[in-house]
Amino acid sequence: MTRKLLTGNSAAAWGARLAGVDYIPAFPITPQTEIIEDLAAWIDRGEMDARLVTLESEHSMITAAGSAASSGVRAFTATSSQGLLYGMEMVYTVAGWRTPFVMVNVSRGLASPITLESDHNDIMAARDSGFLQIHCATCQEIADGVLIAYRLAEHPEVRVPAIVNLDGFYLSFTREPVDLAEASEASAFVGEYDPENLQFKGNSPLSQAMAVLGGGPYSYFRYEAHLAVQRALSVYDEIIDEFEDRFGRRYDMIDSYRMQDAEYVFVMLGSFSTKARDAVDSLRAAGWKAGLLRPRVFRPFPQQQIRQLLRGRRAVAVIDQNISMGMGGVLHSEFATALYGTTDAPLLASYIGGLGGRDISQQEFFAMADELRQADERGEAPAARLLYTEHELTEMRKLQAIAQAEQAEIQQH
Amino acid sequence: MSKQSPLHFHRMKDMPSTHLLGTGTPTCAGCGGLETLHTIYDILGEKTVFVNAAGCMTLLSVYPFTPFRGGWLYTSMASAPAGAQGVRDALDILLQKKKLSPDENVEVVVITGDGAAYGMGMSATSGAMDRNLDFIYLCYDNEGYGNTGQQYSPATPHAARTSTSRGSHGYPGYKKDLFAIWAAHNPAYVATVIAAEPLDLAKKIEKIKGMSGPRMLISLAPCPTGWDYDPQLSVEIGRLAVQTGVWPLKEYSDGEVRHTKVPKRRKPVEEYLQLQGRFRHLFEPQRDAAGIAEIQSRIDAYWERAKVG
Repeated sequence: MTRKLLTGNSAAAWGARLAGVDYIPAFPITPQTEIIEDLAAWIDRGEMDARLVTLESEHSMITAAGSAASSGVRAFTATSSQGLLYGMEMVYTVAGWRTPFVMVNVSRGLASPITLESDHNDIMAARDSGFLQIHCATCQEIADGVLIAYRLAEHPEVRVPAIVNLDGFYLSFTREPVDLAEASEASAFVGEYDPENLQFKGNSPLSQAMAVLGGGPYSYFRYEAHLAVQRALSVYDEIIDEFEDRFGRRYDMIDSYRMQDAEYVFVMLGSFSTKARDAVDSLRAAGWKAGLLRPRVFRPFPQQQIRQLLRGRRAVAVIDQNISMGMGGVLHSEFATALYGTTDAPLLASYIGGLGGRDISQQEFFAMADELRQADERGEAPAARLLYTEHELTEMRKLQAIAQAEQAEIQQH
Repeated sequence: MSKQSPLHFHRMKDMPSTHLLGTGTPTCAGCGGLETLHTIYDILGEKTVFVNAAGCMTLLSVYPFTPFRGGWLYTSMASAPAGAQGVRDALDILLQKKKLSPDENVEVVVITGDGAAYGMGMSATSGAMDRNLDFIYLCYDNEGYGNTGQQYSPATPHAARTSTSRGSHGYPGYKKDLFAIWAAHNPAYVATVIAAEPLDLAKKIEKIKGMSGPRMLISLAPCPTGWDYDPQLSVEIGRLAVQTGVWPLKEYSDGEVRHTKVPKRRKPVEEYLQLQGRFRHLFEPQRDAAGIAEIQSRIDAYWERAKVG
């Protein structure tokens, strides 16, 4: 084992290297580029035995990753935001091929307006595709998450592709110490790629991704994919035990922080949850029974575990770094689905925050906790909130005033 | 990959007498695209994987049936060449790591219609040529979005009536010169072919079988349903496309374009046009002499520039 100071992007590249990937179809996009630059440099220097090919789009890149994995090699790729959306047709398509490979997504807000900074609307758009999703909060989790994702995706009971998600800027460009397994230890854990029945070769006819006629066969294949993704729940637990035995780090499907006797709970995905951790510590110091839940595995969605972990709590604030226009937070909806009709379910409050890299301040966490307590006293969930401060609005009004002044000047001439 | 020793196609009796591709496919009677595919498959053989984009041929393989004895992979409308890239790269990696014997290697063949080749898939095709991908691309060009009911595409010829150009003058645009666009990439090989000239087609397949790199084929695919004619006329219409000079048979390699079958005396284009319902408005209710003359003059101008024939 070696310890290195790595950015989240480098940790992702190390994950791919340690997983012994054969093939990397690539296409650059901010903030993902460092991943493919690292891999390209290692391959150029002969430190990594793999082939990297830059395609002309993410749509082609994801096609090539799927078709290569369907032809018998271990494939890796990475994208972000608009790139993920540009490739979205193929995200759904290759998931249906039941072809295991790993794609890292470096989360970034979606146009419009166009931005480079982080939120989760990109990865949420892939929610229903059939890809597994593992969400990371630290650089260590990224490197480890890629190894775990290969095991999960390639498991005979699962056989679908997986996305490992990390937040742009907050994780992609943040350096943290990362323990890297020796290549031999990593390959002992990940194992050889077994393409099973997926391989094009002479004297062995194979048709992949054929058309079907009618809803019967179509539904069959779609249900099969759904059940395979669901089976990843129990497979994950097996894999994670083995990972802990080998490397001493444990990654439960849902990361629980100070949940023992927690009455008020924050729920978040990804690296912004570290802000919630700080808030939990402060609230605890002030006498609050606060806790944090962070699903690592988002697809399959661990409904059963969520019910168990939240039974008997007083109130839960689900903080979504995404927004489903006309509905609200996606994670909130999923938690509501998991908890609806269960006994001793807590009140559920919805907050949208952290869009386009917007910070969520400690004061805001305290205000949310306060609102949870009031809701609990009233016995009624509060209305959904879009986090935005007076100060932000003032700054925004200044920008609008400049825009209006510019426009007025143009009209005068 | 290992290339077999060249065959020699001089006469019709040199052509394979039985087809390798299975029967019972759902293609329309008289499909010019299927005829081209038969010849290509007969010569390339079963050590092939066909990578397909959305189009008529997508319906060749419908679960659980396939007419292919080798591989088949459906991708999407835009990304069949990228699918081929992944397959070829994977096979090369496996060959290099000795996880695949040279005997098990296969030729990767993209098969798309003109909708994918001339439009949506052009970026992926350009990229594959940039990367000098070792593959064959067969575009069966029936000059419209055929599988959806023959709406006009960038491959539709001037004046053709399609289901989205039903007006009295048909399609106002002009057929895109895909041969020139592909040749501008300087791939190993580009050719136009047609099933109605099987020897010319066979010789070209024979030639590319011994080559590597991007080998690009555009087959004009007479289409009874899209072009509105009796299926028994497919071969005749195909021959007329060549004899009138509408569809020049040519090939490109090493920076040179060569015409492979030059009509000695070009027949008037109306012999080709009048057999097809999509051009009927040029002849009925009254003859559109100016319209026909414009089409003829464009053909003449092509051959004048080509300095052959």
